[in-house]
Amino acid sequence: MSGTPHIDMLRSPLGRARGLGSARAGSRHWWAQRLTALALVPLTLWFIFSVIHLSGASHQVVIDWLSAPLTLGLMLALIVATFHHLQLGVQVVIEDYVHDERIKIASVLAVRALCVLLALICIVSVLKIGL
Amino acid sequence: MVAFNLPLNSRIGLGQTFRAQAGTKRVREFKIYRWSPDDGKNPHTDTYEIDLDACGPMVLDALIKIKNEIDPTLTFRRSCREGICGSCAMNIDGGNTLACLKPIEDVKGAIKISPLPHMPVVKDLVPDLSQIYAQYRSVKPWMQADTPAPPDGERLQSKQERAKLDGMWECILCFCCSTACPSYWWNGDRYLGPAVLLQAYRWIADSRDEATGQRLDELEDPFKLYRCHTIMNCTDTCPKGLNPAKAIGAIKQLIVERQG
Repeated sequence: MSGTPHIDMLRSPLGRARGLGSARAGSRHWWAQRLTALALVPLTLWFIFSVIHLSGASHQVVIDWLSAPLTLGLMLALIVATFHHLQLGVQVVIEDYVHDERIKIASVLAVRALCVLLALICIVSVLKIGL
Repeated sequence: MVAFNLPLNSRIGLGQTFRAQAGTKRVREFKIYRWSPDDGKNPHTDTYEIDLDACGPMVLDALIKIKNEIDPTLTFRRSCREGICGSCAMNIDGGNTLACLKPIEDVKGAIKISPLPHMPVVKDLVPDLSQIYAQYRSVKPWMQADTPAPPDGERLQSKQERAKLDGMWECILCFCCSTACPSYWWNGDRYLGPAVLLQAYRWIADSRDEATGQRLDELEDPFKLYRCHTIMNCTDTCPKGLNPAKAIGAIKQLIVERQG
């Protein structure tokens, strides 16, 4: 290369590798992602089969179905697991690909807020029908 | 952000072609990545036609033949030529492997060779490994024990304890796995990568080591460890047939285990 090479980092490789040290965190996020994934398998299957089973049913039948404590409980579990899993997963994608620290934190928080809001809207809607 | 194109000064152009002598029967083309820090030019691909009847069976044999007989400027690392030193790790035919263990016959058509992906290049096929060596050093890859060794001999292991190190002691630190890992490509400054994590687990699994807890503490980090998304490129590409993904899974499992 012609001219003086531009060097903007003279910190040692070991210093860079150690960085800010270990966050002592991450396992709960990872474990929660696995557990919600596991929970979503039966919950999603149950939901799909129920919807198929209810196709063509009258409005009252669907309301009766959703008002049963078991159905309502499973619906709430499905909503919580779905949005929690969504938030955890999208956070990982953002951390993987967004390297600007400010944009990263802002997008992670935005996704979290959106997931909480959507989950609350779903929960309220289901409760309004089911209670 | 992730870049979808190479930076302008990294775009690879076409280079020279070194033809085989007329009348050569078994000719194979080797298309090799070339870059020199000294000429200020972009990288390019040189093509070398090799007479397989006058060349050893492995890709490394061809590289040595090129350097000795055709083009002495070709730069690459090599030492043991039998898969023990890990020096000749490079990307051959789209996969990371050791040139000395890769038979030429395994590749169909022209043999494309480039340095280990996503590492700074020193020259031609030589990657700069100083960062990954530092990451290796950061996991303290040596025995940590407060109990002094027996005065009359070595620290003993049962056969079962020793068996836990199988599949890890064989790692030669060629870094084919780490440089095949997309997570390491995108976040290699913070993610330790499969090779270093396999080595970290090698000491966690060692019955003679007494720093298991501290080692797990140091690894429990969203970036150092949990950037592994079980993509499995590491296991797929390991020229020694090892399974770094399994070692990483074992670390994650131990961290959950100690919480409950």
